[in-house]
Amino acid sequence: MPFSLITRERFFGVGLIIPTLLFVSLFAFYPILYSMFLSMHRILLSLPGLGREFVWFDNYIELFHDKVALHSTINTFLFVALTTGFEILFGLVIALVIHERFRGRGLVRAAVLVPWAIPTVVASQMWRFIFNDKYGLVNFIFYGNHVRSYTAWLADPFFAFGAIVIADVWKTSSFAALLILAGLQIIPDDVYEAARIDGASTWQQFTRITLPLIKPALLIALLFRTMDAFRVFDLVYIMTQGGPADSTNVLQFYGYKKMFAEGLMGYGSTISVLVFFLTFTISLLYIRMIGSGLMREEA
Amino acid sequence: MKKILLFVTVGVIVFGSLLPFLWFLDTSLKTEKEITTIPPVLFPSGSTEFYRSSFERYSLLHYVKNSVIVASSTTFVTLALSIFAGYSLSRLRIRYKGLIMGSLLTVSMFPQISIAGPVWRIMQSLNWLNTYQGLIVPYVTLTLPLGVWITASFFKDLPEEIEDAARVDGCGHFQTLFRIMLPLAGPGIFTAAILIFIYAWNEFFFALLIMTEQGVQTLPVGIALFQGQYTMPWGEIAAASTVATVPIVILVFFFQKKIISGLSAGALKG
Repeated sequence: MPFSLITRERFFGVGLIIPTLLFVSLFAFYPILYSMFLSMHRILLSLPGLGREFVWFDNYIELFHDKVALHSTINTFLFVALTTGFEILFGLVIALVIHERFRGRGLVRAAVLVPWAIPTVVASQMWRFIFNDKYGLVNFIFYGNHVRSYTAWLADPFFAFGAIVIADVWKTSSFAALLILAGLQIIPDDVYEAARIDGASTWQQFTRITLPLIKPALLIALLFRTMDAFRVFDLVYIMTQGGPADSTNVLQFYGYKKMFAEGLMGYGSTISVLVFFLTFTISLLYIRMIGSGLMREEA
Repeated sequence: MKKILLFVTVGVIVFGSLLPFLWFLDTSLKTEKEITTIPPVLFPSGSTEFYRSSFERYSLLHYVKNSVIVASSTTFVTLALSIFAGYSLSRLRIRYKGLIMGSLLTVSMFPQISIAGPVWRIMQSLNWLNTYQGLIVPYVTLTLPLGVWITASFFKDLPEEIEDAARVDGCGHFQTLFRIMLPLAGPGIFTAAILIFIYAWNEFFFALLIMTEQGVQTLPVGIALFQGQYTMPWGEIAAASTVATVPIVILVFFFQKKIISGLSAGALKG
């Protein structure tokens, strides 16, 4: 044998990972760098004859003065804050409930999973229909048969934004719930028993035992939900197309529009670089908050 | 008292989770007239008019076919690669494990827009726009983190003695993986398969970019772009949505336990 056992194990091990690394580097990491490269060029998809002109940081300067970009950034942050807040709150309630033991719990858990499993496009069309101006359920609930008062919710800046928040909270609270549930399941029962013997009330048990112990799970749920809310696209594309008057325009949708609807590959890439750095910074902050626990376990 | 409170909350949660979709299902079984009636018709006449029209006029079958092809190929490829990588990262002595797992985690958090332009250009230069592989390749990339994390966590839970015993009996690395470890990690791999399939079945953003020709579009793109001549074809949209959702809901009701364990394994246990 020319190689030692451990060397052969290493060769084998590395060989097994190579295909995965190839995919990820070619179609995820390289594109990130390529985006940065593209963002310093002027490229018009509609006029391929012009080629690509190197323009230094012109696109970034333009982005800095772009009111719609600023508006979309604010919308994105507002959307992230509102949805993750509600999702963690509802997620916690759902998790506490499906953690209890009762008959038919399996079915209840499956029912809770349904919104998460439904294609986002379907959920978006569904909510768009529910908010419909002529025969939507929301109008009927608020105004009954009084058809003349029926409102075009999605054509109102405030309500349109509210509608995509509601749709997102409906769709993904259950995902937050599952992560929190996993945190609940690792709390041993005897902790509660000891607390009961010491005369702690249910509320005390919840605030003094449950909450501190599921804090890591809550933070991880928050991290995953934040990153996911940051890339909201389907809901906006289908329910509002960013309108009315850019009130629901978010970064991922704005970038898509610039790149693929208007064909501004260079300027659009500037937006994607911005989105990348924003999410990157936020995830670093979160991971520092969660502590090294997550990574350490891995190593 | 506590029991009543629990019952009520369970009721509200189940009701809230299912109602919006049930309403769409209800809508898909109505007639054109029943959809526009105020007050809304609660019990539809059970017409299959919209299903027929979405298959005949909106070529729903094509979308279903494309979705099945893309989602199952993605699942197959991602799974194969994840088994290799997950096994290696959880059981073999190799370097930079933490770094590799960490960068996979980062990929799972990439906003799609930050890679969309370049991925589109790569596919364009390969002439892969509007082809299945043009969509499968990005899907594999984006589902690999999930796949590897789940398979790695399931491989990790298997006792080391089994592997050692196999080695002593003269199994090579490949044999140990395929004959011994793979069957034991079966449930975990199946879990990964369900989650990957659901992801690929539901994905919209890349499908919208890459599949611009109607003949190759997947269900989400089809459902998003259904257009009527004068009004929104709500009945057809609801019917197509039901067709797209029912397989996924069936998966959820059958494999609820696996999905929950898989999601928390991917996110928490590592």
